[in-house]
Amino acid sequence: MAKAKLMDFDKALELYEPVLGFEVHVELNTETKMFSAAPNNFGAAPNTNLTPVCLGLPGSLPVVNEQAVRYSISLGLALGCSIAESSRFARKNYFYPDMAKNYQISQYDEPIAYEGEVEIELASGRVIHVPIERAHMEEDAGKLTHMGGSTGRIQGAEYSMVDYNRAGVPLVEIVTKPIVGTNEDAPEVGRQYVSIIRDMVIDLGISDAKMERGNLRCDANISLRPRGQEKLGTRTETKNVNSLRSVERAVRYEIQRQAYILSNGGSITQETRHWHEDTGETSAGRPKSDADDYRYFPEPDLLPVQPTAQLIEELRAQLPEAPTLRYRRLKGEWGFTDLEFQDIQNSGLLTEVSATVAAGASPQAARKWWTGEIARVANVQGVEATSLVSAENVAALAALVDAGTLTDKLARQVLEGVIAGEGTPQQVVDARGLAVVSDDGALIIAIDEALAAQPDVLEKIRDGKVQAAGAVIGAVMKAMRGQADAARVRELVLERAQA
Amino acid sequence: MTQTDLTRLSAADLSAKLASGEVSSVETTAAHLERIAEVDSEVHAFLHINARAHEVAASIDARRAAGEELGPLAGVPLAIKDVLVTTDMPSTSGSKILEGWMSPYDATVVARSRAAGLVPLGKTNMDEFAMGSSTEHSAYGPTHNPWDLTRIPGGSGGGSAAAVAAFETPLALGSDTGGSIRQPAHVTGTVGVKPTYGAVSRYGAIALASSLDQVGPCSRSVLDAGLLQDVIAGHDHHDSTSLPDAWPSMAAAAREGATGQVLKGLRVGVVKQLQGEGFQTGVTQRFTESLALLEAQGAEIVEIDAPHFEYAVAAYYLILPAEASSNLAKFDSVRFGLRVTPEGGGTVDHVMAATREAGFGPEVKRRIILGTYALSAGYYDAYYGSAQKVRTLIQRDFASAFSRVDVLASPSAPTTAFRLGEKLEDPMAMYLNDVTTIPANLAGIPGISVPNGLAPEDGLPVGIQFMAPAREDARLYRVGAALEALVEDQWGGPLWAQAPELRAGKGVN
Amino acid sequence: MPETSSSPEITPEVVRHLSELAKIQLGEDEITLLTADLGQIVSNIAKVSEVATPDIPATSHPIPLQNVFRPDVVGDNVLTAEQALSGAPEQFEGRFVVSAILGEEQ
Ligand SMILES: [Mg+2]
Ligand SMILES: [Zn+2]
Repeated sequence: MAKAKLMDFDKALELYEPVLGFEVHVELNTETKMFSAAPNNFGAAPNTNLTPVCLGLPGSLPVVNEQAVRYSISLGLALGCSIAESSRFARKNYFYPDMAKNYQISQYDEPIAYEGEVEIELASGRVIHVPIERAHMEEDAGKLTHMGGSTGRIQGAEYSMVDYNRAGVPLVEIVTKPIVGTNEDAPEVGRQYVSIIRDMVIDLGISDAKMERGNLRCDANISLRPRGQEKLGTRTETKNVNSLRSVERAVRYEIQRQAYILSNGGSITQETRHWHEDTGETSAGRPKSDADDYRYFPEPDLLPVQPTAQLIEELRAQLPEAPTLRYRRLKGEWGFTDLEFQDIQNSGLLTEVSATVAAGASPQAARKWWTGEIARVANVQGVEATSLVSAENVAALAALVDAGTLTDKLARQVLEGVIAGEGTPQQVVDARGLAVVSDDGALIIAIDEALAAQPDVLEKIRDGKVQAAGAVIGAVMKAMRGQADAARVRELVLERAQA
Repeated sequence: MTQTDLTRLSAADLSAKLASGEVSSVETTAAHLERIAEVDSEVHAFLHINARAHEVAASIDARRAAGEELGPLAGVPLAIKDVLVTTDMPSTSGSKILEGWMSPYDATVVARSRAAGLVPLGKTNMDEFAMGSSTEHSAYGPTHNPWDLTRIPGGSGGGSAAAVAAFETPLALGSDTGGSIRQPAHVTGTVGVKPTYGAVSRYGAIALASSLDQVGPCSRSVLDAGLLQDVIAGHDHHDSTSLPDAWPSMAAAAREGATGQVLKGLRVGVVKQLQGEGFQTGVTQRFTESLALLEAQGAEIVEIDAPHFEYAVAAYYLILPAEASSNLAKFDSVRFGLRVTPEGGGTVDHVMAATREAGFGPEVKRRIILGTYALSAGYYDAYYGSAQKVRTLIQRDFASAFSRVDVLASPSAPTTAFRLGEKLEDPMAMYLNDVTTIPANLAGIPGISVPNGLAPEDGLPVGIQFMAPAREDARLYRVGAALEALVEDQWGGPLWAQAPELRAGKGVN
Repeated sequence: MPETSSSPEITPEVVRHLSELAKIQLGEDEITLLTADLGQIVSNIAKVSEVATPDIPATSHPIPLQNVFRPDVVGDNVLTAEQALSGAPEQFEGRFVVSAILGEEQ
């Protein structure tokens, strides 16, 4: 694959206006699947979470999961959508081996939720209203594993294996209208939009929202139009951009790639494109063509969904605060600077910080731990920070530091133990014997030894040159193997020097 | 009783003799298996015989002997159309693509039949995926009409109807998408009922057209059909379109109807569009006679105009293929059934296309291609969309009719059984066979076919169809049983008593 | 239905395209035959549009029902892996095996 030529980002924006659109698929965390009473859980042995319905066995029939409908309505409301008085399912027909029936039960002309708006706030404070076209219910497909050829890639594989456990997992697909006017903020808008959807579904408790597991998947549509032109340009659809950072990078990349082509007199092909996390590039996929004839028709095995006004109001009353409003409120409540708050948002750790504060930690301590040491370890290990440690344990760790039981340095060792699965912070402290030595007697012995070893320092302190105490404090801390509170040592050193 | 006597008994009579201990289920089952062994090489009603039928019968006898309270049909043999999935016998829907396929689950109607103590004898032949009106489209060869082995037994459920008509079983399960229970009943001199859409669960019935399919009973008497419908009907949470209604006993309705009282003041509508041109003389003659019989008993005959019925066949042959093209997409060689790999391998696309080429017969391909066309971009509104509107118009015609009459009557089919091969090359002629039965499926209402004589010109059976408003299945059993009693009175016995003897070894082509 | 002439819409190219959408490989003779059959059938059934005026609603379900749901509880029809794979033409280590896929993930 030849490397695509790119135009400088700022130059591209001088010439063209980017228009964005996103399709985000959210897997719901119901107990069972969308249309079948098979378990919906991640990580089961292959082909064990199935009923005849998930496998599309002859004679099997779908039945709608009521909880999935409630979750979809809640999400629709959170997106500011109207809930359809009557919505229905349709069949989307195409052959693919991961789709058991060779049609996907989805919604077509009558989605459950339509016409909404999501407010996002950028780091600069700029507010953008992302227009939502619709949110509809559908089912996920199974999982293919490509064998032979090179490293699990579809190209060159000799055969593939199918596990249908994921087939039928409930999905809500959220489709935006074209988002205009984002300009140089386009990449950040993409990232922030997906981030808001992620926070929204977590707050609603309707999805595990783990992007690395595919609970939340984003397709990004990007087109450019020359400045001043009304008509939208030809768009590309970049599939499966599955991390917040990737959304930002993919939008930026496509703007630069398309701008280069257009400015050199070329034209954009309407096609799907694949995002490559490793190289940070997109590559051409399937061109849109006449073959995309999905022959939608109303699903005859299912009946219309007509939620009562009472149900809708009941679910509306249970909605959590909108994410952007909550961000503003929390920033104020926590007394964070713009930079501190963005720090949390950019690392996607707001939920964790919130939970940690709720568990009793100070906002600053919660922020510091999550965006500092925990994020660092996550980065080193190549995993999500959230998978390392619970908010309760972080709050407990902060409490031990506040109580003077641990120094920051000791606390980092305790965290390491917690991450390693050695138990709660207190259990790690006990097991590893990491608590600060708060017994003045032991400290005084060590101080007296250090002072005796450095008589010149003692002289200086007595002459009022207090800063000279540093050398003695260092020696004491070393003797205590770090398990002492440096401030207390300093107090005692000054006391003993005057004695 | 002799074995022959046992195979001539109605399910209701068998039920009484089983309950009194006069006969055992083992004897009864053996008699029917014997009959199958004798005549099925000629009739070819069965695709598979249940090797464990004897065992099941013995267990019913043992339970009865132990004093267990059993349902009315416990110990009575049952034939199952191969469109219904079964865990102990292959389920092929008459197609090569499912040859030998064993379902890991039972259809709800099968599970209910087993629970009621019915003894499954085997799986019956059918047009492939229920597409046809003659059972000639079975991948396993045609079924022959027991009244004349050179003629068709109707379709798609020709196997179930022929099995009942040939005394191979007193009861059979069928499925009716556009007449597949009623039209075979008509041509084999038997009774067939298509219940209200949603009265009987479709879970485990291999789908042809989801919005039209309905499972129902086949038998030699109206009462027997009612007894079987009582077993299989009722709400099933595995089928979203299953009606939550509580149903009255259809057997009780049939018994009530047989007294004849129900005919006084009954308003019977005769649809102008379902008679006349295209209807065989003998069929029309018997229909007219039956109306006269009803009228003589106090029924009022009312002429009904249903102007949109002339669009019913057209709408049906858009809706059915469209839904079928999607329902049959699952037969792709991945999870079950046939796999054909093209020479030299090929991608999964090639394997799927080669499998479907080899596994589907010509009629199935014709309808899948037609349905794909009807749904494809640019044609949806003109074809599928319009057909769904015709459906509304036909429902309105019915609503208007049922505001004036209690039941509608028509001949069950335009002609008696035609010869095997006669219409095989002319799909449109074949499709027109279902002109009388299709409207009920489009509207979701129940229909029954009851034998009402032999056509004088060819001596072959003829049936009369009654239709009632949705959910009024019991009304059909009352009226059907009333007419049955009247005609049997005239004949001095059931129509089947006039059927020619089938002799083993009589060669057929 | 007296109409027997073929529909001009159905050409061999149309049938070939439909066979691709329907994933049924067809030989040239089958395409010829189907073109004729379909032409005849379509010309007979196209008349539905005569009466399907815009004011008439479509009926997709013969008996209207709505809000038919099941509770979010694991059901009585969950299959074992062995049952799920029992009909598989080819399987390996608990998974269904298919030939190479040309193209891309959907
Ligand atoms: Mg598939
Ligand atoms: Zn989707």
